[in-house]
Amino acid sequence: MATQIHQGPPPLPPHGGFGDGPRGSRKRGGESLSTWRYGDRVAYAMCWFCGIALCVIAGAIVLYMAARGLQYLNFTLLSTHPEAGLDQKKTGGFLDPIIGTVLLTIIGIAIATPIAVATAVWIVEYGRPAWLARLVESGIEVVAGTPDIVIAIFGLALFQQSLFAPLSLTADGGAVFGRSFLTAGAMMSLIALPMVFSATREGLQSVPALVREASYGLGKTKIATIRRVLLPSVRPNISTGMALGMGRICGDTAIVIVLLGATLRLESEGGIPGFNVLKGTGSTLTSYVYNNSPAGEGNAPQKAYAAAFVLLLIVVALNFTVDLIARRGSKTGLETGRLGA
Amino acid sequence: MRTHDDEMPKVKLPSLQDVMDADPAGSRVPDPVHGALPPPVRRIVLDQPPTVATPAAPQTRAAGAGAAPTPGHGGVRHAGEPGPERMRLDALSVFYDDKAAVKSVDLSIRQGEVLALIGPSGCGKTTLLRTLNRLTELTASARREGRIALDDTDIDELEVTTLRRRVAMVFQQPNPFPMSIFDNVAYALREQSMKRPGKAVIAPHVHDALQRAGLWDEVKDDLDRPALRLSGGQQQRLCIARAIATRPEVLLMDEPCSALDPKSTEVIESLILELRKDLAIVIVTHNLQQAYRVGDHVAFMYLGDLVEYGAAEQVFGAPRAQRTRDYVGGAFG
Ligand SMILES: Nc1ncnc2c1ncn2[C@@H]1O[C@H](COP(=O)(O)OP(=O)(O)OP(=O)(O)O)[C@@H](O)[C@H]1O
Ligand SMILES: [Mg+2]
Repeated sequence: MATQIHQGPPPLPPHGGFGDGPRGSRKRGGESLSTWRYGDRVAYAMCWFCGIALCVIAGAIVLYMAARGLQYLNFTLLSTHPEAGLDQKKTGGFLDPIIGTVLLTIIGIAIATPIAVATAVWIVEYGRPAWLARLVESGIEVVAGTPDIVIAIFGLALFQQSLFAPLSLTADGGAVFGRSFLTAGAMMSLIALPMVFSATREGLQSVPALVREASYGLGKTKIATIRRVLLPSVRPNISTGMALGMGRICGDTAIVIVLLGATLRLESEGGIPGFNVLKGTGSTLTSYVYNNSPAGEGNAPQKAYAAAFVLLLIVVALNFTVDLIARRGSKTGLETGRLGA
Repeated sequence: MRTHDDEMPKVKLPSLQDVMDADPAGSRVPDPVHGALPPPVRRIVLDQPPTVATPAAPQTRAAGAGAAPTPGHGGVRHAGEPGPERMRLDALSVFYDDKAAVKSVDLSIRQGEVLALIGPSGCGKTTLLRTLNRLTELTASARREGRIALDDTDIDELEVTTLRRRVAMVFQQPNPFPMSIFDNVAYALREQSMKRPGKAVIAPHVHDALQRAGLWDEVKDDLDRPALRLSGGQQQRLCIARAIATRPEVLLMDEPCSALDPKSTEVIESLILELRKDLAIVIVTHNLQQAYRVGDHVAFMYLGDLVEYGAAEQVFGAPRAQRTRDYVGGAFG
């Protein structure tokens, strides 16, 4: 009944069952491998090897990035704006990409969460007409499976329509630029949405029918049941999905390059304070890393490493949050397994 | 279908032998199977004086409805006239798709008494119970025929949310909400209005409900604990507290003790006898001893039919129908 969600690729620490049930039922002590059939022994060794190999790879990435990143990382890098220049010493830090990453993540998740939660509630609690529910679910699966670069160019085509002109810069000739934090955030939400959706859906599905009946039995409407009983009890699931989705947004490059402009600095647009930043362009750590890697035009690999390390820290922190939320979720008691007993 | 509601001699706690001797139908056959008398376990959970000599104060009735207060029963069964009729079922049938689960049942449910619904598995007890507050409507394939009246109003004419507040349900499995103990009861109390009463307003009512469900003393110090951390018996009493918080007129209980140990069962049974003063209770149970201990009237169902209805002593002591005899026979042997 534990409601942890294993979604997508982020290297989650393998949290198996939050204290429900005996952890690792290690009865293998007395059992000798030599009694196993040869084939089983080989299979066992393979599984063991794969597990270790994954750990080593994950560790290698983190250690290598930490070693390279820490070598070049300093506070000035974190707190100064980037500058254009040929000399690495004069190109400043990556404050703007950090702000850009945070801003874009917040916009993306803020758009994705309500839509995803509402959709999940509708699918699980109403789900009628059934064909429409199935269609919506397949739609979300398609979005989840679409490469981000495809989402990015679709977004560009969409937001360059004059209908969406208020969201980005409009050139003198009337052409809509289509690139801004708002447009990139909107497309980023598509990347986070499937994660929040499936986490919420699974949470709702794991709430026993008994609980719903109890609420209806007290004379509560469906809406009241959803608001006061179901949503509070799946809050840990929603948070988990959000953290996973934010991890995806942080790590995305294609949408940033196509839709955020990947400009060196935050470029405000228009006169409304606050909104001008959102309407403007910018960059994120991912695009900064790309541009400063040997593949990009900046070619400042040290800074790329430092920025990549910061990005990695953010993602690891998010994953850590997922774990924390999931653990805390068990405080609602839903995971104690008492419900069915 | 309701046969005679013979009221038993009231002064003394009637032993089953007395009852059977007094049975007007005189149908008792002292055969070896069910001639075996139920042990006088009755009222074992209630420390009541054996007489009703002291007139108890009239009970305060729950939730308006304007009916006259029932005379106090002092906890002794069948002391006094039956309370006013609260619910009435006329030719009630329930179908799942085209299969009848309840077949043309007539029944009346009275204020101040416990009606025990017994019968073999699958005979439609749960279905009947859930129909009374229209919970069967949550099952798409279920269809109902016949009339159910609550205080002479057809339940179809009531707002379903109102009906379920007046006819509350306690389920077989304890099913508290995954929230704190306090919130479990508070949730039941809060009306669906835009303005939600604050904690201070609602706290006395929560206290009252927990008190009446006999749970207050055990949980008063940690009302903020998740309800799911309570023991099964405590959870079930919390569910009862939740159900009676809105002061319903009828309380439906579907095998409320089936998931509980004997001790918790005893606690809940005495609770039922306590609550009976204020409301009409319908309890489904597979435990015939329990039906006998708490039931004032007993209804026996078989394959969707109401086979027998009568005072508990009569149904257990001198069942009229052969089916009933087969079912309750041996229950106390
Ligand atoms: N949701 C449902 N859909 C279809 N048939 C159902 C449904 N619920 C119950 N039934 C059928 O209706 C009949 C009565 O079921 P019900 O649950 O009322 O029995 P019961 O007397 O409560 O049994 P038990 O003592 O085992 O709880 C059974 O034959 C059952 O198969
Ligand atoms: Mg049942």
